[in-house]
Amino acid sequence: MHPALSVIFFTVTSGAGYGLFAITCLYNSISQSHPLGDEGVLLSCAIALGLITFGLISSTFHLANPKNAWRAFSRVRTSWLAREGLLAILFYPIAALYMVTIWKGIGGYNWLAVISMLSALWAITTIFSTGMIYACLKTIRQWHNALTPINYILLGAMLGGLIFLFIVSMYEPVITGLVVTSTYLIIIAAIAKIVYFFWIGTPAGPTINTATSFTRSMVRLLDVGHTAGTFLTEEFGYQVARARLIALRWLVLLFAFAIPALVLWVGVGLMPISVVFAIAVISGFIGVMIERWLFFAEARHVVNLYHGTQQC
Amino acid sequence: MKLGLVIDLDTCVGCNACAVACKQWNTSGTTGPLTDFEPYGKDPTGVWFNRIRNYEVGDYPNSKTVHFPMSCMHCDDAACVTVCPTGASYKREEDGIVLVDQDKCMGCNYCAWACPYGARELDREDGVMKKCTLCVDRIYDENLPEDERKPACVMTCPSHARYFGDFDDPNSEVSIISRERNGEQLMPELGYEPVNKYLRPREKKNVDTYVNETNSIKAVKDWVNRLVAR
Ligand code: SF4
Ligand code: SF4
Ligand code: SF4
Repeated sequence: MHPALSVIFFTVTSGAGYGLFAITCLYNSISQSHPLGDEGVLLSCAIALGLITFGLISSTFHLANPKNAWRAFSRVRTSWLAREGLLAILFYPIAALYMVTIWKGIGGYNWLAVISMLSALWAITTIFSTGMIYACLKTIRQWHNALTPINYILLGAMLGGLIFLFIVSMYEPVITGLVVTSTYLIIIAAIAKIVYFFWIGTPAGPTINTATSFTRSMVRLLDVGHTAGTFLTEEFGYQVARARLIALRWLVLLFAFAIPALVLWVGVGLMPISVVFAIAVISGFIGVMIERWLFFAEARHVVNLYHGTQQC
Repeated sequence: MKLGLVIDLDTCVGCNACAVACKQWNTSGTTGPLTDFEPYGKDPTGVWFNRIRNYEVGDYPNSKTVHFPMSCMHCDDAACVTVCPTGASYKREEDGIVLVDQDKCMGCNYCAWACPYGARELDREDGVMKKCTLCVDRIYDENLPEDERKPACVMTCPSHARYFGDFDDPNSEVSIISRERNGEQLMPELGYEPVNKYLRPREKKNVDTYVNETNSIKAVKDWVNRLVAR
């Protein structure tokens, strides 16, 4: 699949934003007194909303006819894209309610618990439905599995966690518990991604034989029929050399997981704490951007079978 | 009704007449134009609802060249419709034709991702998705003579490799021919239940290219030669 920059930005930044918002709510409601204070919580929420909004705006650049984008919520009953859009839009009033609750200190402890849980769950559900946009497509084996939404959620939570660390560090220099939790998140996200890489390892989907109905003999493409690129070749024909894909997988593991985990582990004593977290955030973002690029570049749409691929 | 096509891979000669007729009819039809880019330039490209590819099936000498026209299969379980967030893509209750409402489409390509058969193409000029309409603007047109109320591709096919009709009617031409000749769905394992059926070439014995001279004297000579060789 052709990796479109707008979609990569959309999924990575909005995922990180929802992750950050969820983690902020959970942290604030679980620990009674913490260094952030109301001001820090509000700042964290605002940054999260900024990331989410940036992502959503970026996603509209992918549309060939954006003036009809407002219609995108019509088919919530069947379409994950519509569901994602609706969840994303409805998140704003919920987030606003949460922030007003913090800002004005309204409602009692129970109300805070309820609205925190609601916001956090809503944020995670929105990342889940972003993942389901891809996971529900039977035409792309590399996406059509349960690891896709899991990876989206874990990577969003991981990036959100790293940004949260950075924000907290502006208020309080020693935050061992949070660093440990963040490291766990990185490790879990890394494991899920590594399992995914193995899962999609070798072609195992439909073949050129079932695609053409000649299931008892060899089928080879003789002539693809077009003399120049088509919508189909541009959108689905994107191919990267296998060696390059493997190299990029290592870069994902390095930037998204290894460097952030290492600086959190050994860097805390060596460097100023905000430098440590800044490195972790930047490296994490670079890694997840490459991860998302690979997510598209490695996906093989079954229409390629008609263009001569033997198995997808 | 369940309208669709049957395509006979035994008789299709790969002449591309159906694709040209389709383009000609539809570019001025309800979903037209089928925009072309650089039509007279070096790399002409554009929107087509029907594309023909060519395959070699089997190994020489038991091989055959198969010409393979593909347009929308008007699937019974059309994921292109269920994934469309705007409601622009829809499947008609009355005859099962899958269409795109150009006024609602936002050009997100999602339906094209969901289609296994490459039947949908974005018109980059209009910014909307376009696809085979099963010539909905022909088949119901009462201004046309009754025997011309067929898709343009079916009308034009010189080798009569394309049939159009109602699969819900067990006695229609398409039902009978796909029953008799085992009409196949493409990629049935994905579960889209494509309505269009493909008839595979009839199985025939391979005809030798070189016919060896055979007569009784030669047979005796061969036999003697083999004996001596031992
Ligand atoms: S062939 Fe593709 S576009 Fe046509 S109905 Fe089936 S899934 Fe939809
Ligand atoms: S491109 Fe148009 S028809 Fe296709 S899913 Fe998007 S809005 Fe629907
Ligand atoms: S039925 Fe009509 S629109 Fe569809 S491929 Fe044939 S000519 Fe084209």
